[in-house]
Amino acid sequence: MAGGTFLLFAIVVGSSIGPAGPDWWRVPLELINRLPLISRLIWMETGVTDAEWAIVWKIRMPRVLLGGLVGGMLSIAGASYQGVFRNPLVDPYLLGAASGAGLGATIALTIGRSATASWPVDPVPTVAFVFAVATVLVTYTVGASFGGARTGTTLVLAGVAVVSFTTALQTFVLRRNLDVIREVFAWILGSLARAEWADVRLVTPYVIVSSIILMLHRRHLDVFRVGDEEAATLGVSVARTRLVIVVAATLGTAAVVSVSGLIGFVGLVVPHVIRLIAGAGHRRLLPLSLFGGAGFLILADVPGRMLESPAETPIGVVTAFIGAPFFLYLLRTRRLGA
Amino acid sequence: MRGVGVRYSRKSRAALDGYSGSVETGEWLGLIGPNGAGKSSLLKAVVGLVDHTGEIEVDGEPLEKMGHRDRASRVAYVAQSPLIPDDMDAHDYVLLGRTPYIGYFGSPTSADRSIVADVLERLRLGEFADRLMGELSGGERQRIVLARALAQQAPILLLDEPTSSLDIGHQQQALELLTELRSTEQLTVISALHDLTLAGTYTDRLTMLHQGEHVVHGSPQEVLTAERLGEIYHVCVSVEHDDGQVIVTPRRGFPV
Repeated sequence: MAGGTFLLFAIVVGSSIGPAGPDWWRVPLELINRLPLISRLIWMETGVTDAEWAIVWKIRMPRVLLGGLVGGMLSIAGASYQGVFRNPLVDPYLLGAASGAGLGATIALTIGRSATASWPVDPVPTVAFVFAVATVLVTYTVGASFGGARTGTTLVLAGVAVVSFTTALQTFVLRRNLDVIREVFAWILGSLARAEWADVRLVTPYVIVSSIILMLHRRHLDVFRVGDEEAATLGVSVARTRLVIVVAATLGTAAVVSVSGLIGFVGLVVPHVIRLIAGAGHRRLLPLSLFGGAGFLILADVPGRMLESPAETPIGVVTAFIGAPFFLYLLRTRRLGA
Repeated sequence: MRGVGVRYSRKSRAALDGYSGSVETGEWLGLIGPNGAGKSSLLKAVVGLVDHTGEIEVDGEPLEKMGHRDRASRVAYVAQSPLIPDDMDAHDYVLLGRTPYIGYFGSPTSADRSIVADVLERLRLGEFADRLMGELSGGERQRIVLARALAQQAPILLLDEPTSSLDIGHQQQALELLTELRSTEQLTVISALHDLTLAGTYTDRLTMLHQGEHVVHGSPQEVLTAERLGEIYHVCVSVEHDDGQVIVTPRRGFPV
């Protein structure tokens, strides 16, 4: 309930504030005007022109919704990863989803740029998605062959190795194609600036399916908290359950990364903030991470487009800049309180 | 339970080599032996945490053929040093014991919750239900862990060094509690124990293991003799029999 309210608040704020468009206070009223059923009952004179509304609806709204999808997905995936590996330092990029996507995007931007310039659809997200999933698959196969299916630690270490390897490959490719370095760098820093409705439609199914699967495994994540061995003696098929959770979290993460680039910090810290506020039980942690992460990223995107307007401040910079001090503050007050 | 034959091996020396034995329903079998004797390996093999050769059967049914949840409803296991999340409350922790009975996408029912409340009440732990595990003392945590195993409602309870982290008072409490529960719940208990006096006092029968080999099996009086302990543990002890109890006391000097 609190999570939903926060998200709604974030959506309204996020869609109301921007460098162009109508006065901020007119937007929520106009939004209410345009709600399907309510518009027949009440009508408020807001003075928003169609041109102004186009800015809100065509430019700002997809950006806000995409921010919500990305933030929510990264947070719920982060919470699930942290739970399934019992490791607080884990984020959804752990097993190579991000570095794989980065490599894929780099390859698509360097090798394919001249060939694909005339294509109607930008191939970068697709290539990034495929590479992200393939990289995690490699990590899982390598890790499992060393007994990683049984102990999560081996899998985490395999992830570290595979991430270094793909990052090295990416650097190698990039060194030979310095002309695209600016484009690749912008992609790596992550951005919601080019969000369109098409992006929202593209990732929504992934986020929904992945979130539902993760939510259905909340109880399993709680059992994982007593360790792999004891979870197994409680009748949990540890390796299989972990695989399902990792696959669901990875697919969702790869999908959002492929459209937004690498937005750091959200998947790592939002779950911790929720834990400090609402406790570590996954029954509440997962839905609150989903809503909280969505709201957080939408709000973090607002200063991103205002601070250096008309230029964009990379959202990854903003999330860390606002989030890190807030997290430290929370850590300090909660620890002292307990 | 009948026909327990286990063989568990790694790349190196077998941690447990071709163990055969059986435990009767309602019996308390103590596993003793020096460090590395294979006590924990035997327990882990029974509960399915390590691969093993040979066969383990419960009531004539091979455990390997059972599904994870079915197996967990037959055999409950308390690890030597269980991983306990500090910020989980005791009720939720004990509720984890109901995991084998909850469907894959299911959630705990009111029946599960009342079983948990009942177990907590019987172990006189009702007052701790809402406390976080991190706030409890070692002895309280140990009892909560035991409550989790009991909430599992498995007829066989495996305990790996249940008293190792407890002071002498809590050791006695825990073992008295097990004795009581064994009769009220019809439990079959297999436990690894380091303290030979406690092992000799509380268990029905003892199995001594040494370097993965089965040394001897029998009543505490038969198994715990000064000569055998001297040979296996390389200690000098005196063994006294007092009203059915076997008291093992370390002595100064060199073992025989």
